[in-house]
Amino acid sequence: MLELIGVSPQMLFGQLMLGLINGAFYAVLSLGLAVIFGLLNVINFTHGAQYMMGAFVAYILLVVFGVPYWGALVLAPVIVGAVGIVIERTMLRRLYHLDHLYGLLLTFGLALIIEGLFRARYGVSGQPYPNPLPGGTNLGFMFLPTYRGWVVVASLVVCFGTWLVIERTKLGSYLRAATERPDLVQAFGINVPLMITLTYGFGVALAGFAGVLAAPIYQVSPLMGANLIIVVFAVVVIGGMGSILGAIVTGYALGIVEGLTKVFYPEASNTVIFVVMAIVLLLKPAGLFGTAK
Amino acid sequence: MREAETGGARPLLRVGDLHAHYGESHVLHGMSFEIAAGEVVTLLGRNGAGKTTTMRAIMGMLRQRSGSIVIDGVETMAMRSDRIARLGIGYVPEERGIFASLDVRENLELPPVVKPGGMSVEEVYDLFPRLRERRSSQGTKLSGGEQQMLAIARVLRTGAKLLLLDEPTEGLAPVIVQQIGTIIGELKRKGFTILLVEQNFHFAATVADRHYIVEHGHVVEMFRNEDIGSNMKTLQDYLGV
Repeated sequence: MLELIGVSPQMLFGQLMLGLINGAFYAVLSLGLAVIFGLLNVINFTHGAQYMMGAFVAYILLVVFGVPYWGALVLAPVIVGAVGIVIERTMLRRLYHLDHLYGLLLTFGLALIIEGLFRARYGVSGQPYPNPLPGGTNLGFMFLPTYRGWVVVASLVVCFGTWLVIERTKLGSYLRAATERPDLVQAFGINVPLMITLTYGFGVALAGFAGVLAAPIYQVSPLMGANLIIVVFAVVVIGGMGSILGAIVTGYALGIVEGLTKVFYPEASNTVIFVVMAIVLLLKPAGLFGTAK
Repeated sequence: MREAETGGARPLLRVGDLHAHYGESHVLHGMSFEIAAGEVVTLLGRNGAGKTTTMRAIMGMLRQRSGSIVIDGVETMAMRSDRIARLGIGYVPEERGIFASLDVRENLELPPVVKPGGMSVEEVYDLFPRLRERRSSQGTKLSGGEQQMLAIARVLRTGAKLLLLDEPTEGLAPVIVQQIGTIIGELKRKGFTILLVEQNFHFAATVADRHYIVEHGHVVEMFRNEDIGSNMKTLQDYLGV
């Protein structure tokens, strides 16, 4: 049946798989952005650079310290998250009482600085990172590389786990409440400034985690985040700023939409997400899962 | 004067020469008053007199404030809002502050326990049976009266002994106002100290021991509740009723 429309199943499922992989990265990255925006009201433009740092930290851990992939998967997000915490404590914190725009400008400037530093040290050509899970499985209708399967599973677990913590635990109820009225939550005796610092650290660590996942698939390069982050912002806007579930669902869905577009109309595959964004903004300006303020 | 106000007991809360600003506008102009442990005291005044601002200043929720606020012997002017709460204050804000993204049970269990001796969740539900029935509902799906009950209920668990209630009767039907009056009376019997902001002095007179009249950001007069009858004329002039 698929042959009737001139598409082989291998091609279709191959592109669907690629779309799902991209969607996995979109979901983890936009989830981090959504968590940060929800509580801090800061649009974290450093997110792409922090994703790139995750990949580079994994690379440096391997090349310089001999730490294998699985160690880096835990260590790199912690290191990148810790750098994020320093940024929040020393800089971002001073901007909360000002307009959103200041946070955006600061994080955008930081992204340029971080990317510039890595470019000065490593150049623009990518560094290879060995695949920790070579090989794959023939599923009959398509060939599934083991590592790509792992990426999808890992991102699903992280996204669903984060959602569960936020929606179903006491800690999550603090976070949801503080997103609505931080002043009141603090007046109940909760240390909201500390919560904000840790939330930023966590959102940034998610970006670092995505960077480690990406290292064996894409080349580890200083600009890898800059290329991806624009699409991720489109995902966040489509899902609805600050919506946790929106970020996750939209991330995977748009990855798949992009993959399908590659099959049926490859010329549009780079723009389809922005077309969707324009349509969503016209019909539902708060995003698919957002609520108008 | 001070002894006369609280009958010689050490005040649980003493506000002295409190000034506060919102940006350019100077809202509190030397508020001074005090409450002894176990008292129910109201701040009465018209809209914009500075009653809510006083509450927010006590909770440390304003950036620009000066003067003195002593809670249970501790000067709090330099303290962060969450530290102040942990001295044992339960804040029930204007507009109730029920969280839409939390259900009733989550709203109820949100404020952390700050002192030993608070009520258990079951005791709170016994006092507010309606909240038990609706514990899985989204917080803001409750009626106004239920939301007000929830706002009061959630600070009873925390062990706070000083409660700040900001216009708990605002916009509620008379029968609900009566229930809230009963609850305040019950809380007083349980030994809570309550600072109540009100515009409705008929309600205030049914629950409070003393009343401070607030105008233009400072206290202009203090009445004991038993003297309210003989001062009705002055009171009506101040409140414009």
